[in-house]
Amino acid sequence: MASGSTIDALGQFELHPIFGSFGEALRFSQAPLFMVISSAVVLAFLYIGMKPKAVVPGRLQAAAEVSYDFVHGLAVDTIGEEKGTAFFPFIFALFFFILVGNYIGLLPFSYTFTSHIAVTFALAITVFILCILTSLRFQGMNFFKHFMPEGAPMALSPILVPIEILSYISRPVSLSIRLFANMVAGHVLLEVFASFTIMLAGLGVVGDVLAVTPLVLNIALTALELLVGLLQAYVFAILTCIYLREAVDH
Amino acid sequence: MRLTPRFLLSAAAPLAALPGRAVAEGMPQLHFKDPLLQGQVVWGALIFIIFYLLLSRSALPRVASVLKARETRIQSDLDLARRARKDADQAQKELFEAREKASEDANATIQNIRETTKETIRVQAEETAARLEAEIKNAESQIALSRNNALSSINEIASSTAMTLAERLVGTADQQAVTAAIEHARAAGADHVS
Repeated sequence: MASGSTIDALGQFELHPIFGSFGEALRFSQAPLFMVISSAVVLAFLYIGMKPKAVVPGRLQAAAEVSYDFVHGLAVDTIGEEKGTAFFPFIFALFFFILVGNYIGLLPFSYTFTSHIAVTFALAITVFILCILTSLRFQGMNFFKHFMPEGAPMALSPILVPIEILSYISRPVSLSIRLFANMVAGHVLLEVFASFTIMLAGLGVVGDVLAVTPLVLNIALTALELLVGLLQAYVFAILTCIYLREAVDH
Repeated sequence: MRLTPRFLLSAAAPLAALPGRAVAEGMPQLHFKDPLLQGQVVWGALIFIIFYLLLSRSALPRVASVLKARETRIQSDLDLARRARKDADQAQKELFEAREKASEDANATIQNIRETTKETIRVQAEETAARLEAEIKNAESQIALSRNNALSSINEIASSTAMTLAERLVGTADQQAVTAAIEHARAAGADHVS
């Protein structure tokens, strides 16, 4: 919000309790509310879309089927036919939770829960733990061999093993920061340009004319954010698929 | 685009600081002590688990069943069409074979009739030829018989005629002389004739 002559670009990320004392007591802020809304939107999309069960689908059903096929293809092509199908609901949940979260956050008066590092890191650490459990399940103790690259001289192991472990551990960090930073950057830019518009409009006739520029830029930025929102959800999902593939067959 | 929070902060700080106030509290996302921030992680986990369970148990199988039903239906329709085409092909083949066979039968019948007829004609011709041969032989033998008969009665007729002639001319007739003469004449005549 722009108050007076200052730009508070980060205030939009603040959490406030909602539903009065209920939110206060249960620590229920806008973020969980929009998580519920996002989940409900996805579920409604699938339930309402698939309601006709038509052989020749209508528009909404076709959209629901396309989204199913898209994520299913992503999971099966990357992880493999059998295990890909097993992990598919998780990938689907992850992809659409992030995608709809990103998109709903673009609406006025809404909240982008993917702009919180705590949320994205929780998602990333879930993927990370799932990958480790999957690795142990399918490879057993062989899993730990990957921290020593094959064919490398034994003498280098004191250097190589920590590096490999570090690069493995950095996966959830990069996964979560990538999504978080992209969403924050986009929303900060939107806020800043919106504030410019308001501040310029306060300068009189010349300002009114000049205020159009950040407004136009904001429209372009919104389009860019739509692209970024999809791309980040996709990147998150595909990286999860790649990590899971490594976990199941290596 | 990889932006770290620190980079973002350093980028956002001058912007925010430009008109006056600095970013006093920093990023709200990094206030990990905030109970609401902790709460959103717990709520998020809960919501995500419910979301996942609803998707994996109910919503996605529903989509899958529709897709599966469509695939099955298309497959069965395709099978049906394929079978129909196979039947049609079979029927066409049978028809073709039947026509081929009928044509062959007709050809064989024609050939048969032609040969039978030819044979009949040949047999008839042979019979006719044999009959004609026999008739010719018969006729020839009759002619020969008649000729011989004629030739044998010539002496008689000639001698009686000669006797009569001689009697009328001479008054008497020597039987032996006449016969000799006739024999003589006949031999000359036979020479002449043959």
